[in-house]
Amino acid sequence: MTLEVLEGSKAVSDVIGLCKPDVISAYPITPQTHIVENLSEMVADGKLKAEYIRVESEHSAASACLGASLTGARTYTATTSQGLLLMLEVLYNISALRLPVVLTCANRAISSPLNIWCDHQDAITLRDTGWIQLFAEDIQEAVDMHIQAYKIGEDKRVMLPVVISMDGFLLTHTFEPVEVPSEEDVDRFLPKYNPKYFLTTKNPMTFGSFAEPDKYMEARYILNEVLNQSKVVIAEVARDFKDAFGRFGGDLVEEYNTKDADIVLVGMGSIISTMKEVTDELRKRNNRIGVLKIRSFRPFPDKEIVSCLKDKKKVIVVEKAISLGFGSILASEIKSVLYNSGAAPRVDSFIAALGGRDISKETINKIIEKSMTEKVDLEFVDLNRDILPEDFSE
Amino acid sequence: MSDNILASGHTACAGCGEALGIKLILNAAGPNIIVANATGCSEIFSSRYPESAWGIPWVHSLFENTAAVASGIEAALKVLGRESEANVIAQGGDGGMADIGFGALSGMFERGHNILAITLDNEAYMNTGVQRSGLTPLGARTTTSPPGELSWGNITPKKDMPQIAVAHGVSYVATATVAYFKDLEKKIKKALTIKGPKYIQVLVPCPLGWQHDPSLTIRVSKLAVETCIYPLIEIENGKLTNVVKVTSKKPVEEYLKLQGRYKHLFGREGANEHLAKIQAIADENAKRYGLV
Repeated sequence: MTLEVLEGSKAVSDVIGLCKPDVISAYPITPQTHIVENLSEMVADGKLKAEYIRVESEHSAASACLGASLTGARTYTATTSQGLLLMLEVLYNISALRLPVVLTCANRAISSPLNIWCDHQDAITLRDTGWIQLFAEDIQEAVDMHIQAYKIGEDKRVMLPVVISMDGFLLTHTFEPVEVPSEEDVDRFLPKYNPKYFLTTKNPMTFGSFAEPDKYMEARYILNEVLNQSKVVIAEVARDFKDAFGRFGGDLVEEYNTKDADIVLVGMGSIISTMKEVTDELRKRNNRIGVLKIRSFRPFPDKEIVSCLKDKKKVIVVEKAISLGFGSILASEIKSVLYNSGAAPRVDSFIAALGGRDISKETINKIIEKSMTEKVDLEFVDLNRDILPEDFSE
Repeated sequence: MSDNILASGHTACAGCGEALGIKLILNAAGPNIIVANATGCSEIFSSRYPESAWGIPWVHSLFENTAAVASGIEAALKVLGRESEANVIAQGGDGGMADIGFGALSGMFERGHNILAITLDNEAYMNTGVQRSGLTPLGARTTTSPPGELSWGNITPKKDMPQIAVAHGVSYVATATVAYFKDLEKKIKKALTIKGPKYIQVLVPCPLGWQHDPSLTIRVSKLAVETCIYPLIEIENGKLTNVVKVTSKKPVEEYLKLQGRYKHLFGREGANEHLAKIQAIADENAKRYGLV
């Protein structure tokens, strides 16, 4: 194994190159740019034989991927934030047409106020689109996830698009020692894309029909079923990947010191690494505390969550997005799967790091301390009341 | 005409100029074509699941992304070594191509994709109930540009899409209409011999939206040309290379009076001023393109 110190975006673009997409289509937006710039260079240097469509908007980037994928090509795009929102309509269409497009979301906050830094509000917006949504904890996992994404999405049992969330700047612009696998190993792991149905004059088919009320619901039912059934494939591919490359970042979830834990922290993305460090330190002082990493946000790992959390005393969810007018999203979903399971540990909910506010080990410690002393229905971590207008300053 | 690429049994209205236009276009182009179709009447009347009227590979994605979807199809054919398999056509109505899908079309043009883009121009949003589009002509009644105490119908002239295509450097730009079906077929065939982006805008009367008798579709289409309201032209590499000559130019009233969408321009005080403005557009077309 050779470790190289690589920027997250460089590592991801290198691995996308190894997955050999036939068509790449993207529109620039910070902090996704380094990924698509690197891919442009690979195409310009002849290192990657792909058609690179430099579109006039993210809406068209997603649409070009849709058209290319439906013609039988392996496709790739990357975006974030406003770009992801502009794509949204097309993303619904891509999943319903059962096209295994792979998209990297360099997670970033949503305007207004304009903010280019990391949170998960963008990716969370895809919650109901029918895409498989994976969240990477670190650069290595982002690298590994992209290879897995093609394998999962293109599996005949699945045929769905996959979005990989990697935290903007925190993972896209930082450097870590990572292993980018060899071309031979990726080729062996990832077979060529070979769809059963595609646009061809040899077998003319109609795609994108309209369905009346007596047919539409069945189409949505099938999509929901397939997405749920993809859990098996996500887990299978994670295990196959471990066999092939020796690395395992979890399947639908990763449980970290949860077996004997009384308290479990839950999160998604790069915050998990910080949570792991903090809980390691707390364990040295005999605190039985663990971490549950949600690796697949869609399909939602309901059984895995219940199995991990049902006997715990306390669950602490820290998330980087909010459903305005309601509150937490991840914590609410966790509560909802626990509620009907008959097991209901106390779930405390923290909204943190919106718009890139730093989460340090101290922040996580503070969250745990607060959760130990009181029941926290919804807390905005590190909210600076001094800069709030008078009406909001309590 | 051999087997129709657009099969009968679809659900278009009687006298639908768009269905006729598509049939003529695709029979001239096909069968080795892949079509990306915008949301609109054409998609609705042809693709109700589990039926399909299409005898060629066909995709409908969304309203505004047809040219971008086609761009992806073309790029995929290229990279997969299947370029010789099919010509790629992006088609939609005036709303789908010239309004909401204009950005995607502009991108498709400037990137130089080998795609024939076709606007089936029925001059309003017909599928949603005849609302005004950027290609609705001056004075026309639509449900969102109704005549009234203070209104004489649509207050703006048509957006000049063919010239916008020319400004993109599109090497073949043409207009056509269903009444001149030989001309239409010739233009489609010619366009497909040219590599790169092509743009053809086809006037397709809509009896429902234009409020004319379904039996008059061809007559209305013909009068649009004979009055010089809709000049039939070809522009190659920025130069006007061919026009359909009008042997005896008719006054615009002959075209307008057949259509209920212009009814308010007849028999109302002050109407002449508005008719004169429409006549001026036709006269300018005749002069600009040397139609007469």
